[in-house]
Parts: sequence; C-alpha cells; structure tokens
Amino acid sequence: MKLESRIPSGPIEKKWDNCRFDMKLVNPANKRKYSVIVVGTGLAGGAAAATLGELGYNVLCFSHHDSPRRAHSIAAQGGINAAKNYCNDGDSIYRLFYDTVKGGDFRAREANVYRLAQISVGIIDQCVAQGVPFAREYGGTLSNRSFGGAQVSRTFYARGQTGQQLLLGAYQALERQIDAGSVKMFTRREMLDLIVIDGVARGIVTRDMGTGKLEVTIADAVVLGTGGYGNVFYLSTNAKNSNATAIWRAYKRGAAFGNPCFTQIHPTCIPVSGDYQSKLTLMSESLRNDGRIWVPLKKGDARAADQIPEAERDYFLERRYPSFGNLVPRDVASRNAKMVCDEGRGVGPGGYGVYLDFADSIRRLGASTIRERYGNLFEMYDRITGEDPYSVPMRIYPAVHYTMGGLWVDYRLQSTIPGLFVIGEANFSDHGANRLGASALMQGLADGYFVLPYTIGDYLANTKLAKADESHVAAREALGNVENLTKKMLGIRGKRTVDSFHKELGKYMWEYCGMARTDKGLQFAMGKIAELREEYWKNVNILGSNEEINQSLERAGRVADFIELGELMCRDALERRESCGGHFREEWQTPEGEAQRDDENFSHAAAWLYQGDGKTPERLVEPLEFEYVHPSQRSYK
Amino acid sequence: MKITLHVWRQKDRNAQGKLVRYECPNVSEHMSFLEMLDVLNEDLTTKGEDPVAFEHDCREGICGSCGIVINGVAHGPMPGTTVCQLHMRHFKDGDELYLEPWRAKAFPVMKDLIVDRGAFDRIIAAGGYISVPAGSAPDGNAIPVPKEDSDRAMDAAQCIGCGACVAACPNASASLFTSAKISHLGLLPQGQPERYERALNMVQQMTIEEFGACGNIGECEAVCPKRISIENIARMHRDYMNGAFSARPNAEAGSAG
Amino acid sequence: MSVGSAAQPAAGAKAAGDGSRLFLFYNSPVGKKAVMAVTGLVGFGFVIGHMLGNLQIFLGPEVMNAYGMKLHETPPLLYGARTVLLGAVALHIIAALQLIKMNSDARPTKYAKVSPVTSSYASRTMWWSGPILGFFIVYHLLHFTSGAAHPNFTYQDAARHIPAPYENVVAGFSNPLVSLFYIIAMILLMLHINHGAWSLFQSLGLNHPRYTPLIRTVARTASYALLIGNCAIPLAVLAGVVK
Repeated sequence: MKLESRIPSGPIEKKWDNCRFDMKLVNPANKRKYSVIVVGTGLAGGAAAATLGELGYNVLCFSHHDSPRRAHSIAAQGGINAAKNYCNDGDSIYRLFYDTVKGGDFRAREANVYRLAQISVGIIDQCVAQGVPFAREYGGTLSNRSFGGAQVSRTFYARGQTGQQLLLGAYQALERQIDAGSVKMFTRREMLDLIVIDGVARGIVTRDMGTGKLEVTIADAVVLGTGGYGNVFYLSTNAKNSNATAIWRAYKRGAAFGNPCFTQIHPTCIPVSGDYQSKLTLMSESLRNDGRIWVPLKKGDARAADQIPEAERDYFLERRYPSFGNLVPRDVASRNAKMVCDEGRGVGPGGYGVYLDFADSIRRLGASTIRERYGNLFEMYDRITGEDPYSVPMRIYPAVHYTMGGLWVDYRLQSTIPGLFVIGEANFSDHGANRLGASALMQGLADGYFVLPYTIGDYLANTKLAKADESHVAAREALGNVENLTKKMLGIRGKRTVDSFHKELGKYMWEYCGMARTDKGLQFAMGKIAELREEYWKNVNILGSNEEINQSLERAGRVADFIELGELMCRDALERRESCGGHFREEWQTPEGEAQRDDENFSHAAAWLYQGDGKTPERLVEPLEFEYVHPSQRSYK
Repeated sequence: MKITLHVWRQKDRNAQGKLVRYECPNVSEHMSFLEMLDVLNEDLTTKGEDPVAFEHDCREGICGSCGIVINGVAHGPMPGTTVCQLHMRHFKDGDELYLEPWRAKAFPVMKDLIVDRGAFDRIIAAGGYISVPAGSAPDGNAIPVPKEDSDRAMDAAQCIGCGACVAACPNASASLFTSAKISHLGLLPQGQPERYERALNMVQQMTIEEFGACGNIGECEAVCPKRISIENIARMHRDYMNGAFSARPNAEAGSAG
Repeated sequence: MSVGSAAQPAAGAKAAGDGSRLFLFYNSPVGKKAVMAVTGLVGFGFVIGHMLGNLQIFLGPEVMNAYGMKLHETPPLLYGARTVLLGAVALHIIAALQLIKMNSDARPTKYAKVSPVTSSYASRTMWWSGPILGFFIVYHLLHFTSGAAHPNFTYQDAARHIPAPYENVVAGFSNPLVSLFYIIAMILLMLHINHGAWSLFQSLGLNHPRYTPLIRTVARTASYALLIGNCAIPLAVLAGVVK
C-alpha cells in the first residue's frame, strides 16, 4: 500500500481554494439522503456533527459520555491561536504557518499547516458569533495574549477556560441540530468496532454503557473525533475516560496509525504526590508568561524557596534560551525540567519538580492583576496541593498531555480506509513532532467546522455505495467479534484489577517511551509490554456482567487496547532513529543537549499498517517536502 | 487516617437502593475524594465485591461529570469545589460520611451514584444557543462588546452542567442551570435576536422535565462549583416574562426561508 | 443561508406555536412564582398597614374604635380592600399548593442526610409557615372580624353591625392560650415575610447587586417590626397595660 496524501496543486496559499473548487458538491436536496456517523463530541466531533447537520446531512452522533458537553476538549485552559493580527504586532497567516511548522520540528505536512493557519481566522469569527465570551479589552475588542513558541500575541482566550467555552459553543450548535432533528444523538455509547464493507467504512458497533446492549449502526461514512491516546501512560492530563479504543479498533480494520511515538509532554503540571494518584493536572502554559521557572543552583538544596537568595537560583530556561526565555516550546521546557531534576536539583517531595515563581510579577503588577489573569488556576493549585501560590512558588513537573500521532489521514482528512475520516487529536496531521500551545483547539475546530464538512461531501458525491444494513455479513462479523471479546474478558476472573495492569503499563511507557528514549530502553519496554499483555489475558479480574453499567468492563477493553498501542508506540520510537520535537532519542542530540533531527533519513511521517495479531505491522512512509519553511535546527536561543 | 463511608448502592434504575457501610482504613490527606473511592473500588474488586459506580472524567473540576452528595451537601464541604477537586485534607480521622446520588425526579438513578442528567441537554436543545451556521459569522471585532458585559456573560457561561444546583435545591429546581445559559447568551449582543424566545423555550422545557420551582432559597449558588449567582435566575424570570407578555401574536411564523 | 434553513424546521417557534401564552406562562414555575410575588406584595402591604392601624390600640379605646368605625363607614374602601385581599390570598394559596406539589413531585426520594449550607431557616420553611398562616387567617377572621370564634364579641353599633375592636381585642387576648397562638402565628409571619418580602422581587426578575442587599435588609427589618408590633398587643393585654 502507498500513502496518497492528495495534497492539492498550486502555490501554498492557493491549495485549499483549489481543493475546494475541485471538489464535487452534494445538491442540498440530496444531502438528507446521506447519513454520516460521527463518533466523539469534542471540539472536532461536536463541531463536525453540528455543521454536517446544518448542511442537511443525516447525522448519527455517538459519545461515551452522558452528555456531549463532557468531552475532554472542555479542559483546555489557555487559549486558541488565530492569525488575526489584532495586536498589530506583525502576525500573519504565513507567520502562524511558519511558527507551527517550525514548532512541530519539521515533521508536519506544510499544506495542512498552511490551511490550518488560513482557517484560524474564521474560527474566531464563528465562535464570537456563537456567543463564546472571549476576553475583551475595555474598548470592547477582543483581547490577545502570547503563548509558548511564538513572539506575537495571537492567542484568544476566555479566562483559563477557553476549551470549555469553545466546546460549549460547539455543543450548543450540536444541541440546536438535535432539536431540529438533523442530528440523532446517542450518549453513553462506546464504539467497539468499525464495520468495513467492500473495503469502505460503513458503520460501527457500539455498546450502550447503560444497558450493555451491543448495537450496529450503518451509514454512508464514518467520522472519528475521539481524541488522543495520552492515557497509555496511565498518568496524564487526559480525562480518566479518554481512550484510544475507537482509533485502535479502526487501526485493526486497516486504518494506518501515523507517528504513534509523537507524544507531547507538557512542562507545567502539578507533580505526583503518591502512588494512589489517578491523574495529573495541568497548569496552563499561559502561566509561563508571568511566572519564572527556576531550581536551586546547588544539588539537594533543602531550604524553603524564599530562603534561597537570588544568586543561588538557576533560572535555567532564561539562562539557556535568552530570546524565548520561559516561553520556549513545550518539548524544550519539559526536557530541561527533566534535566535539572535528573541532576538532583529538583524541588519538592521526591525531587521531581521545579519552581514556577510569580513573586516578581506580583511585585511588578500587583497581586490583583495576577489574580485577574490566573485566579482560577491559582485556586486550583491551592485546592490540589494545599499551598498558596501567591505566597510560595508553584511546584511543577512535566506530564503527558497530548498526542500528535493518531490515525494517518490525507489532506482531506480521510484515513487509509475510504469513507473513514479522522479529525482533531485523533488524527496525526497538523502538529508534526510537537504541538504549539493553543493550537489543539484551533485544529479541532478547523477540522470540524471548516474542513471535514467540505471534504466529506466530495467523498459522498464521488462514491457509489452499495445498499447495506445491519444484517450484512461484515456487520454481523464485527458484532460477533465484539461479543466474543466481551465474553472472553468477563470469563477470565483472574487475580489482578484492570487498573493495576494499566498502572504497570504506564510505568514502562513513562520510563522508556517518555521524555527521553533509547534503543535499549525501548526494546526492554517492548519485552515487558508483551509479557504484560500475555498476563492480562490470563489474569485480569473483571467482575459483573455485560448487561449492566460495568465500569470495570469499560476500562478493561480500553486497557487491553492501550497495551497493544503502547507496544506500537515503542516500536515507532525505536524505528525513528533521530530526535525531533517531543521524540527525544538520547543517541541523537546536539552537544548542547538539543534534539538532533536526521532530515536525510527521517523527513517523513511513518504510518503503521496492521497485519494481524502477533505479526509485526508494516511501516509505511509519507515523505515530507518543505518548499516554504526550510528545515533548520530549531533555535529558541 | 480512617474514614467510614455509607454509600448509596442501587443495582439499576428500577432496583431498591440502600446505604451500605464501608471502611477506608488508609486514607492519605493528599488524596482526592475520588482517589479514595478508587482505592475502595480496588479493594472491593480484589475481594470479589461489585465496585461502587460513580461518574467522573476530567478530575479537574471542569467536565461536570462527577457529583456526590456528601453528608447532605452536594460536592461536599468545600465551597466552589467539585468532588474530584475535593481533597481528603479537609476531613479528619474517624469521619463518617454519607454518600448519596443527586436526587431529583428529572435525574433518575442509573446505578449507585450515577444519575441520568439528559434533561439538561434537552433544556439546552430547547433554545440554549445562538443560531449561527458555520461560515456565516462577521469579523470577530465587528461588534464591540463592553468588557463588563463580556465578563458577566463569562461568569454565567462557566456553568459546568454538573447538576449540583438541582441536587442541593430543596425543590430540585433547575433554575440556576437554565438561567446561567439564558444570562450568558442574553448578555451578549450576539444573543439578542433570540433572547426572549430562548427564555420561553428553555423554561418551558425545564417545566416539562418536571424540575421543581425556584424558591429563592439560595442553596444552589452555595454549592455551585463555579459560584454562579442567583442574580441570573432573576434575569431569567425577567426575560421569560418579557417573552411571555410582549411577543406579538404572529411571532409563531419563525424564520422559515 | 437558504440551505441551512431549508433543511430544518424553524426552531424557536415552539413556545409561541403552542396555544395561549398566558396559559403557558402560568403553567411554568416562573409564572406561578410571579403570581406568588404579586399577591405576596399585596399581602405584605396589607400586614404593614394592618399592624399600624392596630397599634392605635395603645392610644385608647376612643381612637381605636373610631378607626374601626371609620373603616366601616367607607364601604368602598372596606369592601374594595377585602375583595383585593381575599382574591390575593386565594391566588397565593392556589399557586402555593400547586408549587408545593410540583416541588415535592420533583424529588420523590429524599436524602438520608440533609445539611443546608447557607440558606435561611425562613426560606426553607415557606412551604409550611404559609399553610399554618392560612389556617391562622381563617381563625383570625372568625375571631375578630365576624366574631364567630369569639366568646364575648361586642359591637359599638349593634344596629349597623359595627364591632368594637378595642373591647374585642382586650377580651380576646385575655385568654393566654389565644394570645400564645397569636404570638406563634406572628413568629411564623415574621419568618414568612423575612424571606418573602425580598424573594418576591427576585421572582419578578428584580435583582441587582446594588439594590438587592438593601431590599433584603428592608425585608428583614420589616419582618422584625411586624413581629414586635403585632406581639406587643397580646402581650400588653396580658400584662394589663391595655385593658
């Protein structure tokens, strides 16, 4: 199989226009004859379902939550980028494009990123019109702030709850379509298999998590907006129920998985406090605008922060990266924090933490300004740690936050299975090897509101689909597959809980496939994960039955998939013998300890094609060409 | 520390529920409340007993999934805090806690501490939106919005839809939830065209869902994790009355075409 | 956007399309609360005036009885006021009964533990302070207005059936049990007004951070004044100050 990226011809600023013009349209009267399944109701899925409904398609929308509004996009704090140049500080579509390609360490498709930057402008307009209460200046215009990896202020925000407000905008648009009857919403449904008929994605198998009933739904196309897979690591900033099951089962049906090893470790999270810890909490990157990151100069300095004089502090980001300072991209900030902690200069219990200090800003701007900017974040920190960040510096440490990898998609967001579209974090597209802050919301909404609704129309207009329903042999096979898997899991009745497996997997992944990776470590982890997988299917203990609300069973399926995905991530990390963005192989670093790319051999996206259980998947390659932004050693000095 | 729990256990929608006593002998003060339940569930599973079902997701206090009435207070004793953000350092050794689900006719219990809050979605679907199809928006700065209006809209828009207001209200009223959305959209210029119809339709849906009436008691704002004010409820009443009395007889025609 | 609107029914027309708006208005809890608020405001105005009128008892029998006589000699005022009041009370009671039912239906299973966080005792007890006050009003009317429940009801003008309020009050409150019942009722009235007199503004949609605290203070003060003013009468009779 060859990966067809279907990048349109023409100069980069014309590609999306050309593409849209070349696409076939579906007559308004015909749209209602098509049905589209959308799985996931986050920024991407929610926006897509609402927009497809507005256009007149019959949309069948699925969420594993009790309400579409709970999708984890809601937790995004900092903001959303857009090349509006409202601040008159030199921003432009081209600059946003440039920053994103560079921030992604030259491992993203230029055409996609340019389109994203173009669309970013319309997203803000759309959200404002929906009633998203973005922060405003006294004159009534929209307010902006700066964010990591950029030297302009282009981030729009709604206090520390930007994701929430954008998601509620999409959710409300979705509810409007539900009320109008164009979207049929199925809540508490988990997608457990993809139905492929004659090589084309036609439906899904879902489990009603309220009753256990397995259901088959057939449509003309399937859209996955099911988010990222950061929970492979057990501890991450993802929500507890965020999972990879939908994309993983699609992978097993033939959708190639792009760059699985590209994970983002976010530098500013609250450090782990004990082994009962269930998740990690992010402190928005926007805090780095006014907070200064430091550790003691001396190893093992046990003095309280305020007892350490200025001269004995190491503001290591400001020291090493004078031009970007505390605002270096996330991968750089995270790696540096790990480095100083590995040197034994970390702070807090366990020594895995660095200070994020607001004392200077409070002196300069006053506590009330700081409160207005970050009040809710400070409060959250206080609630979790019991410490008051107005008087003592925050302690932060990196944590898994986002996965740039995901199902491989072409320019039109279609996976390697025709009719299966993947949007938002679930796909691998726009961020390359590292995502810039405030770009995830941008991508999710761009895909959902403005890209997918066009490209799916072209697919439907150009494809002649055979009639199919639930009784189709492929549908019955998929349903049987899910039934067997469920039965198998419930029949094991072993000794270990699902969570204990998940925790163990997370430990291997964080240790060997986290911020720094080595050939040896990855091989070791793959061995361990294979053992874990074997034990899982012999010794996991899932109580209860399928025909009820069974949260252990829900988790069990997800963890089984995480174990397999974890192995693929290690495999991908092992094969990518270079360092780039969030993927740091210790063998490939510059003398200063920065990531060293190998453009000659690895200027490509890797996509893995499933070959059957127990078989090594095939590594496909999509070469990346950089016509506009020429690959260089990223420098934030 | 040691905590004793009395947890509402109910097998499914139709089963009779009851409070069951559990001991949590090794609770760390750094744990969150839900982490304590995680540990309890791991123990129960190991012992072969059905773990306690409770809803949760982001554990950052923003998704609105979690919600438990702890000793008669929705989301427990810390003001402005969801259960997932509540930490055990606020309890003391030997505490005895009663954990119950949100109780309202409109929120039927599905299992243990999980309730069905679909009624909230239907209230939003009835009018909690601004009708603006993708692609039709003017420039974001085309309509200036006074900062104060925008800030107040944001205060209301912070609602996480957890349902604590309903749980805490002696009348199981959904007024705070409904009014927060009516205020959020009604305070912005973009929300004006549908302002009164929105209030009418959302209040009507709230009535159909069989929530109780607001008695201006104020328990809702006291337990609201986002501290949404009952000033919004007055605003809802105002917009509702305006919609009910000032609409012209032919308003039914709507916007066909 | 002809495409979008062609593909879907016009939303937003639901409430409007559904019969009479007045019916819908009253059918909603908001409408019922508005009725409670307006009728409650009438009642609130009345109890203040009623107390001020009755406090004339401390000015002696002549003034008090002359006040009673004056009311009876202006029938439009007396019957007009009685009609409005009875109407208001009737509506207040009907709406209240419907709301109580609506509220109790809204929570079929009660909590095992309830611990209110900030709400006032008064606000939580409206649903039973109200009905008890309703019974009190019936007794009060039979006691001092018609005299049916008064052991020795007297008239200052028997021919025209104009009662002698001063004598009736003194005789009525001389029974300590009767006085006790009145005092308990006045405590309930205090609670009811304490919450109701600000809550009615909220129900009518009037809430503003600048004025609402003031309204709450006025409501609270008025409720205490009513308690003190109204209880002063039976207490004065029992103490022999008024005889």
